[in-house]
Amino acid sequence: MYPKWLWPIFALPGVVWLILLFLTPFYAVVGVAFGGVDPIFQNPLPAWNPLDWDFTSFLDTLSGFLPGRTYWGIFLRTAEYVGIALAISLIVGYPVAYYITRHSGRMKSLLLALLILPFWVSYLMRMLAWVNLFAPEGYVNAFLRWTTLVTTPPDWLNGNPVSVILGLAYGYIPYLILPLLASLDRIDKSLLEAARDLGASPFRAFLHVTLPLSKTGILGASVIIALPMFGDYYTPNIVSGSPKTSMLGNQIEIYFHGGPQPSVGAALTLILSAFLGVLMAYYMFTVAKAQREAQA
Amino acid sequence: MTEIALKARHSAPPTALRRFRDWLANPWGRPRFLVLVTWLYILTSIAPVIIAIQFSFNSGRSVTAWQGFSLSRWYWGDPVDSVWHDPTLQQALFQSLKLAGLDMLVATPLGVILALGLARWRGRLAAPANFLMLFPLVTPELVMGVSLYLVILYLFTFIHPSTLAQMLGHVTFSLSYVVVIVRGRLFSIGRQYEEAAADLGATPWETLRLVLLPLLLPAILSSLMIVFAISIDDFVISQWLSCGAQCDTVPIRIYSATRAAPLPSVNALAAIMVYFTVTALGLTYLVYRFMTRHERPKGGGAAASMMGDIGGM
Repeated sequence: MYPKWLWPIFALPGVVWLILLFLTPFYAVVGVAFGGVDPIFQNPLPAWNPLDWDFTSFLDTLSGFLPGRTYWGIFLRTAEYVGIALAISLIVGYPVAYYITRHSGRMKSLLLALLILPFWVSYLMRMLAWVNLFAPEGYVNAFLRWTTLVTTPPDWLNGNPVSVILGLAYGYIPYLILPLLASLDRIDKSLLEAARDLGASPFRAFLHVTLPLSKTGILGASVIIALPMFGDYYTPNIVSGSPKTSMLGNQIEIYFHGGPQPSVGAALTLILSAFLGVLMAYYMFTVAKAQREAQA
Repeated sequence: MTEIALKARHSAPPTALRRFRDWLANPWGRPRFLVLVTWLYILTSIAPVIIAIQFSFNSGRSVTAWQGFSLSRWYWGDPVDSVWHDPTLQQALFQSLKLAGLDMLVATPLGVILALGLARWRGRLAAPANFLMLFPLVTPELVMGVSLYLVILYLFTFIHPSTLAQMLGHVTFSLSYVVVIVRGRLFSIGRQYEEAAADLGATPWETLRLVLLPLLLPAILSSLMIVFAISIDDFVISQWLSCGAQCDTVPIRIYSATRAAPLPSVNALAAIMVYFTVTALGLTYLVYRFMTRHERPKGGGAAASMMGDIGGM
């Protein structure tokens, strides 16, 4: 009923926009990472022609990720922080998502509304709230002193890895719970009933039916929050600000904003993207598959 | 465990701890452990924000110790440090709203036609275009920030770091959200209405304007809301494309303030943004409910279907 050329024309402006302002910028990172450096001013000379690419400085940066080299420690720390924060998020988020899909009954709408409330408060605002609470004279330390269990409460905000990990978990849990909830919601309840009819205890039914069926959901939700966590630099800066807790993102930011070598920063960005590309590919593959199933 | 040991365990006087454990793990009623975790989580996710807003009403200069209530001091009362009188805070507020407005104005129409195009275009390039559209959703903001920064520094040198650059960045990352929301609605309304219109003699243009557009309005409204929220929320892209103090947005101000010695005026600034978003959300909900009043969603009211629109990703 519509002319055939109408849809490509509709898609055109958006696609052009994404090519110009999403793909081309990424190419700029590649160009700077594989380009040269001005010998006098040390500023990058990007190479736009792939034939002019010079990989020496990039490989130099890449070798910094070998065990014991420049970036090895920071890479390990980033992985450790993200890993622990992800584990905390799952341990807290899974029961919450599970409860809301299975047992909340009439409370479901209210709980869902409360659950998406953090989405409407900016991330930085939530971090500000976090910092206010954990300040030396803040409520958390006041509470610790009140319990008299702790006489000298810890200094949370100066290079304390615990605060960085908790901050990350606090910041990203909402983004984990919603997709998890959606995937738990899709599990066919009759399968659970069958398991119970056949004599499985509630716990065994959960272990052998719900948990395996939610595996894709868990992986997908984990990827969704692991990606921004790996690229996070503001959370450690806000809750700690110390080089002792800096992550890969902080290293990249320093090369651009503090240090003199944007090309090293570009190389690091490229390495980070390649590393995350694996996670992204996995995620987009599952999304595409789900979409095909939904359309079929 | 032997019979006797079991008996002994059961006859032991229940301690408070035992009773709490039994209450928590009662196998017959509702799963209280889950109830506890859920409400604790919700409490810890919301309480800090409430406390932060509370401190925007502190009458003293502390953001950690309560010194009495003052409604207006940090909003407009204080002649130097309040949001209204501190030029950096006021400027950040307007910059955030300006960017969000521009973003809504550009990303929503662009995203709507892109969604239509991508959902119905069956050409050979449609699949790669769809794939490209999904990328901004999963790319870490830092990577996007760095690449946009480098591209305006070395390639598109006519766009300097500026409000314009920030706006372009915001549109780039919000576009895909609009597409996902609108496409979800497109699939759920199907094509029968348009086919009916065409059968009744409507031209393609009339079908688009008089049938499809009104049907898409709820999704467009949700998109406007989401674009507003994610633009207000954004820190990374705004920071990388910032032209300095003149381009500071609210998140950037909060960021720099937390690392110095913050005053409650920063809390007030952040709180104002929360008021804005909550009001916008409430208004959107009301309009949405009005628009979809003739639809009978399967289970759940307007809130549920609005969330269905939004939660499409």
